[in-house]
Parts: sequence; C-alpha cells; structure tokens
Amino acid sequence: MTELDRIRNFSIVAHIDHGKSTLADRLIQLTGTVAERDMKAQLLDSMDIERERGITIKANTVRIEYPAKDGHTYVLNLIDTPGHVDFAYEVSRSMRAVEGSLLVVDATQGVEAQTLANVYQAIDAGHEIVPVLNKIDLPAAEPDRIKEQIEDVIGIDAQDAIPISAKTGLGIPDVLEAIVQRLPAPKGRRDAPLKAMLVDSWYDIYLGVVVMIRVMDGVIRKGDRIKMMQTGALYGIDKLAVLKPQMVDIAELGPGEIGVFTASIKQVRDTRVGDTITHEKKGCDTPLPGFKPAQPVVFCGLFPVDANDFDALRDAIEKLALNDASFSYEMETSAALGFGFRCGFLGLLHLEVVRDRLEREYDLDLITTAPSVVFKLFMRDGEVRELHNPADMPDLTLVDHIEEPRIKATIMVPDDFLGDVLKLCQDRRGLQVDLTYAGSRAMVVYDLPLAEVVFDFYDRLKSVTKGYASFDYQISEYRQDNLVKMSILVNDEPVDALAIMVHRDRAEARGRVMCEKLKDLIPRHMFKIPIQAAIGGRVIARETIAALRKDVTAKCYGGDATRKRKLLDKQKAGKKKMRQFGKVEIPQTAFISALKMDS
Amino acid sequence: MDDWRHGGFGVYVHWPFCAAKCPYCDFNSHVAATVDQDRWRRALLAEIDRLAAETPGRVVETVFFGGGTPSLMDPSVTAAVIARIGARWQMAPDVEITLEANPGSVEAGRFRDYIGAGVNRLSLGVQALDDADLKRLGRIHDVAEARRAIAIAQSVCDRVSLDLIYARQNQTPEAWAAELHAALRLSQGHLSLYQLTIEDGTTFAKRARAGQLPGLPDEDRGTDMYLITNEICDEAGLPAYEISNHAAPGQECRHNMIYWRYGDYAGIGPGAHGRMTLGGQRHATAGHRAPALWLQAVEEQGSGEVSRETLRRAEEAEEYLLMALRTREGVDADRYAALAGHPLPRARIDDLSEFGLLEMHDGRLRATRDGRLLLNRLIVELSETP
Repeated sequence: MTELDRIRNFSIVAHIDHGKSTLADRLIQLTGTVAERDMKAQLLDSMDIERERGITIKANTVRIEYPAKDGHTYVLNLIDTPGHVDFAYEVSRSMRAVEGSLLVVDATQGVEAQTLANVYQAIDAGHEIVPVLNKIDLPAAEPDRIKEQIEDVIGIDAQDAIPISAKTGLGIPDVLEAIVQRLPAPKGRRDAPLKAMLVDSWYDIYLGVVVMIRVMDGVIRKGDRIKMMQTGALYGIDKLAVLKPQMVDIAELGPGEIGVFTASIKQVRDTRVGDTITHEKKGCDTPLPGFKPAQPVVFCGLFPVDANDFDALRDAIEKLALNDASFSYEMETSAALGFGFRCGFLGLLHLEVVRDRLEREYDLDLITTAPSVVFKLFMRDGEVRELHNPADMPDLTLVDHIEEPRIKATIMVPDDFLGDVLKLCQDRRGLQVDLTYAGSRAMVVYDLPLAEVVFDFYDRLKSVTKGYASFDYQISEYRQDNLVKMSILVNDEPVDALAIMVHRDRAEARGRVMCEKLKDLIPRHMFKIPIQAAIGGRVIARETIAALRKDVTAKCYGGDATRKRKLLDKQKAGKKKMRQFGKVEIPQTAFISALKMDS
Repeated sequence: MDDWRHGGFGVYVHWPFCAAKCPYCDFNSHVAATVDQDRWRRALLAEIDRLAAETPGRVVETVFFGGGTPSLMDPSVTAAVIARIGARWQMAPDVEITLEANPGSVEAGRFRDYIGAGVNRLSLGVQALDDADLKRLGRIHDVAEARRAIAIAQSVCDRVSLDLIYARQNQTPEAWAAELHAALRLSQGHLSLYQLTIEDGTTFAKRARAGQLPGLPDEDRGTDMYLITNEICDEAGLPAYEISNHAAPGQECRHNMIYWRYGDYAGIGPGAHGRMTLGGQRHATAGHRAPALWLQAVEEQGSGEVSRETLRRAEEAEEYLLMALRTREGVDADRYAALAGHPLPRARIDDLSEFGLLEMHDGRLRATRDGRLLLNRLIVELSETP
C-alpha cells in the first residue's frame, strides 16, 4: 500500500500523431518500469490494429515508480486513453479515475479538434492540467505561438508549458517532476468501507475477465468477497495485481490506487463500466454516480462473402463481443446478401476496427453494407420505433414523422481551406453554429445530421483540406426532418442492401449519383440493365447499362481446350465474388462504393 | 461406348518453325537458322510409334500438319510421317490430311510434293488481301504472291482453305466487306476468318500497351464486322459451321470438327496437345514447348510429353461444352449429361433463350447468332454447377 500523497494518477490528452504514445513510452523507459530489452514502440497499444494505425482503442494503464528530486519515491498511474471520438466514452470514464492530465500539443501543429474535445472532458472531470509542447526539436516548432493558442482556444494558462521532444527524450525528466509537483494527490479514507470504481474490463484468454479498478475509499485484498453495486453480483477476488504494464501481483490496493483483479467472471458483459465495487459485508452505502453505457450510433450489415462462412462469422462476432461490450449485433437476412449480422458501433472507426479484426484475426472475407444511423420513427398509432436498417422502413402511410440524430461537429482548419470546409458542411445539410479564429486557424462549429457524416464525411474533409483539418463531434439531439427511404432497383428488382434514408430535397441528386456510380460498378451483362432510384413507387433517377455485345474467342482448337477450361475455372471463381440479384451480378465492392458521394 | 467415339480420332503433327515470327501470333512457333530435317523426322516417327502403341486398333480419320509453318517441312518428312501413321494405326479410306502452308513463292513450288506425300487438303495463311496490311501483320508474302500460290494450290489440290484476319488497324467494315468478297471469289469452299485478337505475350500486345496500335475497332465495330462477315458468307453459300470457320456444305474441316465434337486426338510435336481415352479415361497430354527440349526428350527419354493429366468427368463435360458450343451443330444434351453427371441447366438455358442467345432443338443446344458473339459468357453461365 502506498500513502496517498505519494500517488499521482494522470492521463494524457493529445491529438492523434501529437506524440501521446511516444511520451508514454519515454516515461516508462526513463523510470526503468520496463527492462530496456523489452521496450517496443507504443508499448501500451497492444492490438496490432492499434500499432498499425497509430491509434489507441482500449484504455491502458501502467504503474510507474518514480524517485523524485524531493527524495521520495512516487507511484504514478498513467491511464492511456483513446484519442478518437468514437471512443470518447472510454476517455470520459478513464478521466474520472484520475486527478490530472498532461495536455500534449504538437509544437509544430497546435491545438486540434480532438485535443479540444478531450481536454474539455478533463476539465469537466476537475483535472489539474499540465500543458506539454512536444516535437520542440523540429525546426518548424513555434512554442510561443502554440502557448498563446492554447490560452486562446482552451482558456488555460500555458506559460509554464513544458517543452519536450518525446522522440529524443528531451524534457522528459521535467514532465515527471511536474506530475509530482503540479498534479494533486488523490483523496480517500483508508478506514472507510471499500468503494472502488470499475474503470474497464476485458477478456483475457488465460485469466478470463480482467477488471480494472480505481480505489476511492477502503482497501481491497486478494480473497475478499466483493459486490458489484449496480448488478448486485457477488464475486471472490482470485487475483489482485498492478500493471507495469504486465500484471504484477499485489497483496492489497488502498485509496488512490489503480489496479486489476480477476474473480472468475465469465463475460465482459457481466461487468458494467462505472459500477461501484464494495465488500459483500460491511459495504459502502452510496455508490459512485456511474456512467451511462455507450450506445451504438452507427449500424451496418456484415455478411460473409461465401455463404458457407456464416457459422464462422457468428463464432467470430460472438468472440469479439466478449471483449467489446459497446458493439452490438443481431442476425439479419438480406435478399441480396443472404444471412449476416446487423451490427452497431460507436462510430465509423469502431466499425472499421471491428471489421478489420474480424477479417484479420478470424480470416473472414466480409461484405460491409453502407453504414446507417438510428432513425426514430414516430408512428401514427403513437408508437416510437428505432430504425437500424433502411430496408426495414415500414409503409410511409403508417409513419407520422421521422427524427434523426444530429451532432455538434467541431472542425479546426487553416483559413486557406475554410471555404471548402464550409461548403462541405453546407452540402451535408449543416447549420453553422460558430466560427472563430485563433491565429491563422479557424474553428468552425456545425450542427450536422449524423447520417451525413457517418459515411465519407471525414474522407471528404481530409481531401478538401489536404489533411490539414481536424474534426470531432458529439451527438447532440434527435430532430425531425423530411426524410425518405430511397430504394435502388437493378433490373427492376429492389436491392435491399442499397436502400438508404435520405433528405427529400437531396434525394434526386443522391439518386442520380448512385445510379451513375452503379452504372460504372456493375459490369456489362449479356442484356441491358436498367438502374433506378425510387422513392416509394416513383422513379427519381435512371441509368441503363448497355448490353455487352461481344465476348468470344476467335480461335479455339485442340491445343486450346486445356487453357480454356482453366480460364473457365477462374471465371467461375470470379463469379463467386459477385452477388446475384435476379439475373444481375453485382460485385461486392459496389455496395460501399455506390454510396460514396463525391470522388 | 467411350465418349470420344462421338467425335472420332485424328492425329495432329506440330512443325514449330517459321521463317519469321508474326507479331500477332501466340502459337508455339520459333525461328531457327537451320533445321536438321532428318533428326526431326526420326523424332516425329518415334512419337507416332509411342502413341500408336498406346491406342492400338484405332482408325485415323484425319491428320493435320500445323505450326509454325509446316510448309517449311521437307516433303519427304511429310511423306514419312504420313506413311508411319498409316503403318502404326489404320488409315480410314477417306482420310483427310491437311497441311498449313504459307502462300509464298518458295512454298508454292513444293505444294505438288506435299500432295504426292499424301496431303489432300491445303490451308493457306493468306491473312489479308492488302499489301500494306500484310506488312503490318508481319507477313513475308505479298498479295500477288498469295494469289499465285492460291492458283497453284488449287491446281494440285481439290480442297484449299484460305485464312484471313479482319478487324485490323483502321479497317472499315466496307473495306473488309470488299476484301471478303474478293476472298470468296478466290476460295473453293472453305474460309477461316479470324477477328484480330491481341494475345498476351505477343509483340502486338506490347505495342497495344504502348499505344502503338491505333485504329483497332471498338466492341461495336468489331461486332458489326463479325455480323457482316456472317451475312456475306451466308449469301455466298459458305455459312459459319464454327465461330470463325465457313464452308460450303461438305467442305468443313473434318480434323477441326474432331476437336469441336470432342473426339480423341494424338498430339505429336513440340507443344502439341492430345486427348486420348485409355482404359475408359480421357487423358490430356502436352509436349515440351521448346523445340530443342522436345527433341532431346524424345531422343533421350523416348517421349516428348511434358504432362499427362487424367481428366475428371466434370472436366470432360466442360471441355465438351466449350468446344461444341462453338459449332453450328451445337451440344448433344444427352452426351453432356452422361459426362457431367447432371443435365444442362434447364432454367438458365430458358433465361438465356429468352434473351435470344441460345436455342434448344431436337436435344441439341446451340448458340444463336447473337449468342455466338457472347460465347465466352454463355459457357461460364452454363458450366456453373447448379
């Protein structure tokens, strides 16, 4: 057990690529927490996808022992949090477990939209914030300008910002000292009944469910009988440990400490993040406030390319869900794509990460249908329904009105590109809320329909700003709008996987673009294929794929039979990559490509 | 009854040498400074002995000398090969023996000798009746030479077929129609008319990639030219009996019909393919492609074969389908079903018939005029296992 005033708990707030993981690596390295030979880059990002994409998906924690200049050794608990909006809920709960934050800002780039969102969460959690200017060794670094920008945009004092280079190690000792000197020690009473916050949980194939906790009051020991206050479930502590970052057993955890335990818990779903853990007997009376569980906001269909892989896909999804309570799934049948799953995600990155993991870790070939948001249908009979899939849209005459989720989007962009960004937001039915400048960068706040953002907004934003814009959003509210279901008919048959919900005023333009795209995406057949976009029974756009006229080999004699047969086998395999709709074959890639708006 | 008997049995002999390599040709042809004709004769005869020993009692209905340029083969070699085929197998009384020949003046002088050797059908690679285009196709003869060669061939041989290539660079449908009319006036009842195809690995493919083959027809024009070809030949009484082959009734090339009817054939020579039913199972054989390698293999190992694959029934069915659907007489549905183990896909045939691409009549499945143009697609559709 460590005395409260020798503990500092903190997180790091930064925009992607501003050096958060590298700084964490340096702190770990400099304090000798991990032996030099075991060091690898982005130590705390354990998933392949995290390392590859340079992002953090799951919060991770490490306990560092640091002998400070005052002669005392301090225990520093770092919770490394995801930076991306999709995982904002992970950030917010992690923030509640610590008392301070390092705000890492790239001294060549300045404050970005993600930084802003996360730093406000830290401020909301009552954190003490220590600004750190990274990449100070680069010639393009402008520490003074960035300090000013931090003060202007975020509104915190940045004069004492610590200049560092996480890459070279410059300034890292100053950061360690600042953590001890400038961040507050946790509070709590050792003699009070146990009160610990469930910060996170994950599934480990050897240990089962591992639960991360922050002790607020009291002491937790190996062998204790504990109670989860929200679920009422009772468990015995099998193993108690701290993360360095690998698990190191510890006899007890007292107030202010962060650690993990296992207790023969079967599934991650049996644990609630934000739940309060106390002792079965002589427990505390009032639980901690808890968190609202993360709600999926983006849905899409995942189908196996080969229908025979359906069982494999189900197994993979079930296994993945063991470790990701924020991801939801239910079976779906599509006339177009066969059996698959309708899956809910926290956002687009979450969707991509899950899909990548399914394809990579479980070796599956998947067709992903267009992402959709959750619409609320207010039926004439007073019922309110959630629509996760445009294909399930009921008869319009039964629907009184439809509401869609709106977001508050914050975009930071060099003013050269401001016009393009405003146009993009305008084109996506955005309403401008705010526009301010900090130096040569503009900060634009827009009220946008989430449906207009989920698909390719971020790609478009990157492309119109040559990658200089940063973007973050929060769901704000549901609001009524004139929304309709647009169906796509290929050869006069509706293709359910291509149906989308769209604003009435934009339906024609969308329909035209989709028909044009499909005309290019669907190969020519032996007959002509009409492609139509329709609202209800009314066709609003139409294209025709001309029939293929000629595909015949001029010469085929005795020496060609083998070659032609082998070619035939290849062609048949190629057809498997297509989906049959009536008589028309549509390539798998078309389902997503058809929906991209401007390219 | 073994399936091959529906198609018959023929012998293919490959002579791999050419005086020059044509830039569009992807056949197994090689340019050699000198060819040891004696050595080649011995090797070809040895291969005949080997294959005949495997297929005793067969009656040879056709022999075909292809290439390369078989008219560079010494007529004495041709004679020896024909004699050996007749000695090791039994030669049908009405055997058809075809030799492909270049219509140049040198070769024309030897036509009579080939007839003397037993050849009774000549196939002349005229390719174009336009000097500039002949040059572009890399041919070493000109139109005047070709006309003389045709006349000589026809004077010594009853059955002379002409090969032409159309849909050439900057060729208009009108110009092709005129050329085809001229060819019909020269012909004696058989024309092979090939739409120019840019094959992978050829000089033309390289040029096309580099943008050096402008003026090739697009799909629409290519289609139109194919249709014009068929119309003109129909009118002239030489309807298409296969995608690219036109003949007056009775003048069809019987050897090639063995391929398209999916009979058996012994393949002799470098890169030659064979289909041989042995003990009730069809085998696909192929010879070493490189002439020197083939020669060495025959001499040292007693066989020029580089591969021999036993075909599964389903593979036989596929090959039968893809060959036979090329012909006017089409696919025998019962024969297909016996090979494939399942009937032709009826529902799909109905769909495709509705589009006017196929027709089923008297137990035979045929591609219509429009269907032949889309034959590659039709074959994929039909051969998918239901």
